[in-house]
Amino acid sequence: MSTASFETIATAGTSPGYWSGVLRRLGRDPVAMFALLVILAMVLMAVFAPLIAPADPYRGQMLRRLRPIGTPGFPLGTDELGRDMLTRLIYGARLSLLMGVTPVFIAFFIGSAIGITAGYLGGKVNTVLMRTVDVFFAFPSVLLAIALSGALGAGIFNGLLSLTIVFIPPIARIAESVTTAVRKIEYVEAARASGASALTIVRVHVLGNVIGPIFVYATGLISVSLILASGLSFLGLGVKPPEPEWGLMLNTLRNAIYVQPWVAALPGAMIFITSISFNLLSDGLRSAMDLKS
Amino acid sequence: MLVYVLKRLFYTLPVAFGVSVVCFLLVHIAPGDPLTSVLPPDASAQLQAEMRKIYGFDRPLIVQYGLWVLKTLQGDLGVSIATGRPVAGELRLALGNTLMLAVLATLIGFVLGCLFGFVAGYFRDSWLDKLASFVSIIGVSVPHYWLGMVLVIIFSVQLNWLPATGAGPGGSADWAWDWVHVRHLILPAVTMSVIPMGIVARTVRALVADILSQEFITGQRAKGLLDVGVFRHVVKNAAPTALAVMGLQLGYLLGGSILIETVFSWPGTGFLLGQAIFQRDLPLLQGTILVLAMFFVALNLLVDVVQTMLDPRVQRA
Repeated sequence: MSTASFETIATAGTSPGYWSGVLRRLGRDPVAMFALLVILAMVLMAVFAPLIAPADPYRGQMLRRLRPIGTPGFPLGTDELGRDMLTRLIYGARLSLLMGVTPVFIAFFIGSAIGITAGYLGGKVNTVLMRTVDVFFAFPSVLLAIALSGALGAGIFNGLLSLTIVFIPPIARIAESVTTAVRKIEYVEAARASGASALTIVRVHVLGNVIGPIFVYATGLISVSLILASGLSFLGLGVKPPEPEWGLMLNTLRNAIYVQPWVAALPGAMIFITSISFNLLSDGLRSAMDLKS
Repeated sequence: MLVYVLKRLFYTLPVAFGVSVVCFLLVHIAPGDPLTSVLPPDASAQLQAEMRKIYGFDRPLIVQYGLWVLKTLQGDLGVSIATGRPVAGELRLALGNTLMLAVLATLIGFVLGCLFGFVAGYFRDSWLDKLASFVSIIGVSVPHYWLGMVLVIIFSVQLNWLPATGAGPGGSADWAWDWVHVRHLILPAVTMSVIPMGIVARTVRALVADILSQEFITGQRAKGLLDVGVFRHVVKNAAPTALAVMGLQLGYLLGGSILIETVFSWPGTGFLLGQAIFQRDLPLLQGTILVLAMFFVALNLLVDVVQTMLDPRVQRA
């Protein structure tokens, strides 16, 4: 928990007092804290997969394929190629988290840059940038992701690229509207009147005020991104076999639902737990920052 | 009002143009030649050149785009590389199936979402609110393709109540509103309804809570307005926004149906898209995405116009 005091006087830009207040309020939210714990556990699982996992994620034996949950030596059963499910679920966290979080992370920077530029400069620059964004916004997100990666073909990089393109427009839109609102506040006008350069104004006065709302909005997209990323692999786009990835595992186990239905459903449960945790954390962050959705 | 509609229509045109450019370029961002998937790898250079000419890939991009738009406006979406049949024909049947599924799912989602959202907003911060909010957060967090699989496991594999895949014994061509066919619709529609349910519930909850906290409600209550009267005010104020959200959700479902249609082998546009991706059938991919995206653009326009008509407070910018 943060120990920052109230004496910290809010200076222009990011004030430490504000953020420590947000963190303190977030810390008092049991649901958000629980979600954070789950996410941390997932991240640790992904990082230390080789140390935790009991078996090799790639090697299996066809003789012991599709064993049920609770089989000795295979606590969560085996998949369609006789590989240990527990091991593959642990390793799956690596690619699933990477494919889900990275696009939002990159889109956060690119989208913010586009939106803040458009919002701050206004005029023709705004029109050109935001109309371009509107075109991509005119596609339903799932359709755009599938269209792009369908045309580009399967593969981790193509999947990441498609998803990043999908998430830039919504983030740019939020960034633009928040920046436009901030630009009209008097102290920004005052800074401009006193001769500060555009870059200085954006860095000192605008960024600190707009980055919070944009960030919260972006965290809300992570859950969508996780579902979409695994969805791409589920469709045979994105990650290719034999890599362990939850969406892909769900796809290859689809035919096994008549043999081992609950083993086949396990990878989806992992996606669900991760995605709901990110949503709950994002909701907690939003109310800690006292923002309206 | 008419001026507003025309203005809004005018703003939609550049977006529609942009969407068409993106769809057109889809074929060209694809690695390799669009023809590589149909031609045998040992095809002679002459055959390749001939095919390229037949499909028009030898011309400059702008010319290709112009010709493509002209053809598209006449309802010609090209020929599927994999089947050799016109894309427009394949799409028509699929679009009907997807529309049926998406409309039903939106309706279920809207009714349940309004119910949960209203209860949550009306009894704000009570355990009912927490429960309803939790259900709606599950709705937006669950990977719906997985939910579909779980429902198939429960209702088809274990209980054997409902069919797992398809649109009826004879496929989709002989669709009829009888039990033999409708039972195929239940699982995919319920699965799909979870997304709009969650989003509508969240929207309605915020709307209801906001309206109830306004002074005119407190004032009316102080004057002795009963809960029934309050309810009327809430519905009147929340309906335009809730309906707008519903309209947009229908568009998202139409565009995003691919995952659910893949799970249930539902013969709609998503299933068609899946085939197009699997066989690298770029004309089919392009045509399907263009139609779905244009549908979404038109729906956006319609929602805006209807919302402005219903709600005089919305600014006609």
